[in-house]
Amino acid sequence: MSEMPILQVKNLHTSFFTDAGEVRAVNGISYNLDRGKVLGIVGESGSGKSVSAYSVMQILTDTGRVTEGEILFNGDNILKYDDKQMAAFRGSKISIIFQDPMTSLNPVFTIGNQLREAIRIHTDRNKEEIQARALEMLQLVGVNEPEKRLKQYPHELSGGMRQRVMIAMALACEPDILIADEPTTALDVTIQAQILELMQDLQKKMGMAIIMITHDLGVIADMCDEIIVMYAGKVCERGTADEIFYNPRHEYTKGLIRSIPRLSEKHEKLVPIAGTPVDLLNLPKGCAFASRCDRAMKICLREHPEEIRVNENHIAACWANVLQMYEEEQGGTNA
Amino acid sequence: MTESDAKKRKMIVLMLLALVLAVMGWIFLPIKSEKILCTVVLALSCGAVFFSNDTGRYVCKRILLALLTILIIAAITFFAMNAIPGGPFSKEKAPSAAVQAVLEERFHLNEPIGTQFRLYLEGLMQGNFGVSTKTGREIATTIFSSFAISAKLGGYAALCAVILGLILGSIAALNRGKLADRIIIFFTTLFVAVPSFIMATLLLLVFCLQLNWFPIFSTDNPSYVLPVIALMLSPMSYITRLTKTSMLDVLGQDYIRTARAKGVKQWKVIFKHALKNALIPVITYVGPMTAYILTGSMVVESVFTTGGLGTKFVQGISNRDYPMIMGTTIFLATLMVTMTLISDLVYKAVDPRIDFN
Repeated sequence: MSEMPILQVKNLHTSFFTDAGEVRAVNGISYNLDRGKVLGIVGESGSGKSVSAYSVMQILTDTGRVTEGEILFNGDNILKYDDKQMAAFRGSKISIIFQDPMTSLNPVFTIGNQLREAIRIHTDRNKEEIQARALEMLQLVGVNEPEKRLKQYPHELSGGMRQRVMIAMALACEPDILIADEPTTALDVTIQAQILELMQDLQKKMGMAIIMITHDLGVIADMCDEIIVMYAGKVCERGTADEIFYNPRHEYTKGLIRSIPRLSEKHEKLVPIAGTPVDLLNLPKGCAFASRCDRAMKICLREHPEEIRVNENHIAACWANVLQMYEEEQGGTNA
Repeated sequence: MTESDAKKRKMIVLMLLALVLAVMGWIFLPIKSEKILCTVVLALSCGAVFFSNDTGRYVCKRILLALLTILIIAAITFFAMNAIPGGPFSKEKAPSAAVQAVLEERFHLNEPIGTQFRLYLEGLMQGNFGVSTKTGREIATTIFSSFAISAKLGGYAALCAVILGLILGSIAALNRGKLADRIIIFFTTLFVAVPSFIMATLLLLVFCLQLNWFPIFSTDNPSYVLPVIALMLSPMSYITRLTKTSMLDVLGQDYIRTARAKGVKQWKVIFKHALKNALIPVITYVGPMTAYILTGSMVVESVFTTGGLGTKFVQGISNRDYPMIMGTTIFLATLMVTMTLISDLVYKAVDPRIDFN
């Protein structure tokens, strides 16, 4: 028996209760995150990937609520925490960095003020120690002239710099888990690579586990130990990065991979996934992707596919796999 | 970069011009107070050009502009008053020609209008607003004694309006859609909609005359409660609504989520991270509002007969008391300009993104 996973999410359901009705953003996802590993969560906008992360942090908006399931941190169900426990938990055990560094820092406080606050909340260091730690963190994330930066306001820094500050703030208390919610989406490509490299580097140094949320499979390909592909708040497919890339077993994943631009194949047209994301107010009975799927069968419309183990490192929730397995079995007996 | 450089150069040229003018004024103008004024302008222009600190430069520039504004306001008021048919002594029953001549002599009304204006400005620089054509009293004395009353009333009212407005606005924002929010929004809408003279009369009628809770305002026994309430209700309601809107906007911002994710406690998220941002639009309103309340809402003061500056202003107008009207107008303008400057500086202190260049 291996060590207990640092984070276990079991059958998580999160809904937003709006005037239009209940928006089911996350519909029963489960995953385990082992200490020091990198988990990638991939999906298009509205697939529930960010909401599942916000559920773990308990930073949903007023209308959002976890309706079912368990989130176990080191075996403790954090959904049972009260406000005080939760505040002490956020930032010290799990931290998060957000998509848009331009708006994620408070414009009316200095970088130093915000960074020191993150440290002060979770430790009982004195002023000098806090200041020293803040400087150390800025150096660690590769911010030049850290003393000067501490006195500056967010608007005086570039986007890449601000994201580095966000990372410094998130890691200041050495959390066990870092959630990165599309950390590079708002940055330009050269900066994207730098930030990803920095995160990999820091992970090696500090040994935290990372949940990497993105809509861009290409971004996380060589970084993740495991990848989860989400659609309409459910897991379609999960497996090692290699399995997901070279042996995708869900039509949605295949679509995602087809829509990554490749430099090697010059004249190939990109293939978008046809149709629009499903309406989360009225989820279909069967597979949510069925209406956009080329290989949809009758059963896809009627029943939601269970997660089926394709091989040791790979699980997919697609009826096509069941069909394929059945045919293989038939073929096997016939031969 | 080049654009801001060009702007800077233009600024420096303008300020040098002001400097030259000030030096010339200092040399050629005969009167002592004018020399003092010139020295002040000189110092300010030097400051505006050579201060290394942005805020210092900005303040110098703004005070120079304020002086110019006040001069222009004085000129407009002066010439507008003179353009009105009739004079301060035109009455139904005209005084005899001899009396008229003596009066005109005394108030320099027989001089050409340019000279009159020059004489008035000279007086102004020495803090002399002239003498009332109605009562013969010094205008400056009247203004300052009545402003003392208005300032006290207005000070309380402005303070209450800001504090209560911020609290109620935050409560409404945090309880959006709930009962507390609805009650607050109902009453604030009501207080914004009901004109202050009706509110003042109503308060006077109910709490003074019917219930006898408060005495009627008199100089021997000043009871500030009702006039303060009448003065503050409308601005308080406005601030409440402003705070609510901006608070709701701020609470939806990404950096609030960041603060929560850091583990900042809920009340600190609201009072540190949200409130300082939510204050920004409120401050722009509070500056001019304070000037307006401080100088005394004329209507409310009349209803309560407080004898404040507002009352004097209205009396001045109905008495055709030219020096009184001039004096109060210039005084109010100065106050307004000062308050706006202060609120701009506070604005800068709260929002570091404001760049005075």
